[in-house]
Amino acid sequence: MQDSGIEVLFQGINAWRLWQGMFVSLKLAAISMALSILLGIIMGMIMTSKNWLVKAICRLYLETVRIMPQLVLLFLVYFGAAKHLGIDISGELSAVIVFTFWGTAEMGDIVRGALESIPKHQYESSYGLGMKRGQTFVYIILPQTIRSLIPAAINLLTRMIKTTSLVVLIGVVEVVKVGKQIIDASRFEIPTAALWIYGAIFMMYFVVCFPISKLSAVLEKRLQV
Amino acid sequence: MDFEFIYENIPLYMEAAKLTISIAAWGILGSIIIGLLCSMIKELRIPVLRNIVQFYIELSRNTPLLIQLFFLYFGLPKVGILLSSEACAITGLTFLGGSYMAEAFRAGIDNVAQSQRESSYSLGMTRQQTFIHIILPQAVATAMPAFIANVIFLIKETSVFSVVALADLMYVAKDLIGISYKTDEALLMLVVAYLVILLPISVIGSWIERRVRYAGFGNRSAVSGD
Repeated sequence: MQDSGIEVLFQGINAWRLWQGMFVSLKLAAISMALSILLGIIMGMIMTSKNWLVKAICRLYLETVRIMPQLVLLFLVYFGAAKHLGIDISGELSAVIVFTFWGTAEMGDIVRGALESIPKHQYESSYGLGMKRGQTFVYIILPQTIRSLIPAAINLLTRMIKTTSLVVLIGVVEVVKVGKQIIDASRFEIPTAALWIYGAIFMMYFVVCFPISKLSAVLEKRLQV
Repeated sequence: MDFEFIYENIPLYMEAAKLTISIAAWGILGSIIIGLLCSMIKELRIPVLRNIVQFYIELSRNTPLLIQLFFLYFGLPKVGILLSSEACAITGLTFLGGSYMAEAFRAGIDNVAQSQRESSYSLGMTRQQTFIHIILPQAVATAMPAFIANVIFLIKETSVFSVVALADLMYVAKDLIGISYKTDEALLMLVVAYLVILLPISVIGSWIERRVRYAGFGNRSAVSGD
């Protein structure tokens, strides 16, 4: 009887190893996302500045990040930094640096959009009640921006997860690398392993990202003003 | 910085850039066709097909291109479907881009005011006629910003094509680093190459966006100008 080869997924701890690999990607995405949200809120506040120089610098930063493929940025940090700073940056650290750099710009732009959509009278009423700038921001403005911020941030998270798949190209051992190891190990017993392993990884990404993007869509509808 | 080295290797990058651009162009063309088909199927509410389209859109939007390429290039040959590197790259890009384009067109269609549709029906036009002559021209105009963003996104996504053994820009850069250890020069040329490709598209894109802003008649957000 001809075997389809699907058993490669259930042999030993193969499935578990694949998920472990997936968690490496997800961990990188989670760390970068957390940092991006924190730095992005600050970035967004800076982006609303009226100063033309600050504006120009922010614009340059955002456009640079938007126009350069993330893989190019990864190469710049992974290969470039090692040479110039003389330090051996691991693939994981490069990934976190690059994805945070990217995520901060995107998150900053989202925050800027949200901040600018708040009507001016909200600020004025708050100042009129004797609140300071910091108080106004924390108690009045921020809670109102959350509505548009949360769906956009969750959307960014799925993009972040999808983009972290690139880290295999700078030598991080994650789900694709583990998949390759399994395929190589079972090359002779199960020649069709590549089909099932890559198919499984494909579905794993779907299983992770689909609920998150659905959540984003639902929240966007529910939180709409 | 070794400028002689840069000068010598410019042809290599030109070759790679040409490849990147041609694959991207085919992929984007394919994406537009798939996107139009999908948005038309959803708009006309064709049973069964629209469920398939919905499934395809979710599948393609929630998986990375890199993984799609691995599946196409390393997985499919095991069941006898052998695609060349170029075919894999174009198929992958079309599979990914089709759903993004479909969503962009969809958003454009949804943005066309309901009164446009009703007026068209009352003039005796059929669903198909309304879609082709009334909805589509307006939808294309409102979908333009998302469309241009998608084009830039798809060109950026081509950077992963080295995994299917295509000698694209990333491949050349990595190769040069490996051969000559001239990391700075190779990376600089890589950045410049992507800038040369993407900057004009970004600039032309925002120019087109400004040109087509007249569309969206009876649509409040377009009239108020934001």
